[in-house]
Amino acid sequence: MNFDFSEEQTMIKDSVARFVRDEYDIDTRRKIIDSEEGISRDFWNTFAELGWLSVPFAEEYGGFGGTVEDLVAVMEELGKGIVVEPYVSTVVMFGGLLSASNNSALKEAVIPTVIDGSCMGSFAFSERQSRYELADVATTAVACDGGFRLDGEKTVVINGGSANKFVVSARTSGGQFDHQGVSLFLVDASAAGVSVKSYKTMDGQRAATVTLANVVVAEDQLLNAVGEGMDLVDQVMPSMLMALSAEALGIMATLNSITVDYSKTRQQFGSPIGSFQVLQHRMVDTFMSCEQAKSMLYRSLCQANDCAADASADTGEFMKSVHALKVTMAKAGKQIGEEAIQMHGGIGLTDELNIGHFVKRLMTINVTLGDRDFHQKKFNQLSYSAS
Amino acid sequence: MDINFSAEDLAFRDEVRDFFATEFDAETAQNLSGVQTASYKPAIVSWQKKLHAKGWIAPGWPTEYGGTGWSATQKFIYETERGAAGIPDVVPFGLKMVAPVIFTFGTEEQKARFLPSILSSDDWWCQGYSEPGAGSDLAALTTSAEYAGDNYLVNGAKIWTTFAQYADWIFCLVRTTKDMRKQQGISFLLIDMKTPGITVKPIVTIDGKHSLNEVHFENVLVPRDNLIGEQDKGWTYAKALLAHERTGMAEVADSKRMLRTLKQRATEEVNGGQAMINDPVFQLRLSDIEMELMALEYTELRVFASMAGGGMPGPESSLLKIKGTEISQAIHELQLQLAGSYGGALQGSLTGEELGHDYAGEARGKYMYGRAATIYGGSNEVQRNVIAKAVLGL
Repeated sequence: MNFDFSEEQTMIKDSVARFVRDEYDIDTRRKIIDSEEGISRDFWNTFAELGWLSVPFAEEYGGFGGTVEDLVAVMEELGKGIVVEPYVSTVVMFGGLLSASNNSALKEAVIPTVIDGSCMGSFAFSERQSRYELADVATTAVACDGGFRLDGEKTVVINGGSANKFVVSARTSGGQFDHQGVSLFLVDASAAGVSVKSYKTMDGQRAATVTLANVVVAEDQLLNAVGEGMDLVDQVMPSMLMALSAEALGIMATLNSITVDYSKTRQQFGSPIGSFQVLQHRMVDTFMSCEQAKSMLYRSLCQANDCAADASADTGEFMKSVHALKVTMAKAGKQIGEEAIQMHGGIGLTDELNIGHFVKRLMTINVTLGDRDFHQKKFNQLSYSAS
Repeated sequence: MDINFSAEDLAFRDEVRDFFATEFDAETAQNLSGVQTASYKPAIVSWQKKLHAKGWIAPGWPTEYGGTGWSATQKFIYETERGAAGIPDVVPFGLKMVAPVIFTFGTEEQKARFLPSILSSDDWWCQGYSEPGAGSDLAALTTSAEYAGDNYLVNGAKIWTTFAQYADWIFCLVRTTKDMRKQQGISFLLIDMKTPGITVKPIVTIDGKHSLNEVHFENVLVPRDNLIGEQDKGWTYAKALLAHERTGMAEVADSKRMLRTLKQRATEEVNGGQAMINDPVFQLRLSDIEMELMALEYTELRVFASMAGGGMPGPESSLLKIKGTEISQAIHELQLQLAGSYGGALQGSLTGEELGHDYAGEARGKYMYGRAATIYGGSNEVQRNVIAKAVLGL
């Protein structure tokens, strides 16, 4: 039994932590957010040089050959700086799907460009009506000369404005809600018929509406077999959720420590407010929630490792843990964020102080890839049933 | 990151599992189901004697006094298997509470005199800490022990004393010197319950049952030989013991088993012809608890892993107590809710007739008496004080 990160993981974790501490303070972040693109290409190149962009990719494509545990190590530290560069969209989601794809020609062409920082990508899955159900796909892909013709609109495509390429889910067969019949295409942002409208989101990041009108995509741009795209999504989803949860964990730990420190210095009624028992107990509660959230992340990681090592491992239990993880992060995130603001008092409401920005990222993570209620419902479906 | 045990540890787990499956028979289980019945004391003593014969009665003791010599991992596996099998823990007052104080701070003579009969379960111990005026603020205790000749003269009262009605011995915190800082001047004294001047008065709890007592001392003479360590230093010894007590309180395996039972019953209980387990609102209540427990299981493993790696149980163990008791209370509450309107029916009252669900009475009793879990062993509010100070530095 072991809950420590490996030496290699600790090295990369420390490297991210050093970057966040030394180069990514709240003012630097603010300038990046206010810039035209909303991210720093210079920092992105730094990430490439430091090898962070290669983490989930196989060594044969020039990657680090990492597991989800490695991604978690990076994401937890990125969370502590609420880094806005598109690591989640490009490396975790777009990269995760590419990694799991069985289209080796496509992988050989694209993965090295992600690793060297020249290609940013995003997974365009969401639609106006789909909420959190990824299989609810109305965008169509119809066979035509030269491959498939894609039509539809993808919403809240994370960092869509910066992406060179998208993985687009489109329906090749079946009804709007069918799991079968969804296909995943690699689509160039500059392809004819693709239009991208970027906008800001409350967490300081960007998202985009991506419209596809008569976009012709060659058959060799399919990530896996026609109609079986959801299998690939299901396969990668746990890693995406664990990586996002690790980011949330980094944020929650940071909020807790900022709040505890503040309570030791802020004087009211002639004493530091941290000396008041009513606040102490609430800070203990947020500490416990953060520890419990960390335990849930470690539970998911241990089970992920078991499933990766042994095909007969219980994937049902693993999926229960992953859904529970997202729920736990949402609950703890709401509690920790709200308590951080409350215990700071008026200053906690200001845009100037960093805590509000951490809170807004937590709120965004909650609604990324399914909120608390969505995942609790999934958990309940897996856990409780009787004839 | 992994939670896998070695092949040796897995073999040990199987040995423990087999032993429990063969030795903890249905009759023992039945006799142990209610602590207030006449069959309880002989049943638990006979079960503990079985464990003693196997050599497994005292995993926490050094081997020279009869401990098992198990690794931290083996101890953890043993406790987990015990909880999972639904086997009650040993009565802790002798084996887990006073014995560690005796073998850590006692004289060779005291060890020889007291430890063997604790190990064999021939002597039953109870704990004399709380007083009517000293609950969470334990150091405010006023039961006095005046030194006179070769004896202490003890006067005062202890309260909430579990199983004092069965006890041969009581270990007490008593005030030997007044006018010192309140944590000083306290001594740790072992008292024979047969000594003249001791009266035990039952306290009936809100589940209608009797496990708690008041213990009154009126001019009770206690030989000086029964003092542990130095006079006026008892608080130090008691504190060491409290840390010992706190680590074992997450009871994850027990809660997992209770939750399994609860889910099973929820497939049998119906509402409007539909199994309760399919009721979306009930499912939400259930999964709120189950997810907390899934996390706590790994918090416990994390604390255990750091101990197995040679570390000490840190203040995180306070988290285990708080979360563990909150979760077990939540399970009891949902169990009682599941019993529906039969939850209030007193089985066999007035007519002697059995009513409704056979689990309803048990569920109510566990819910009512289970309120104690967040009060004893250092109330959850005191535990929060501990974390605030020791972990958060407040």
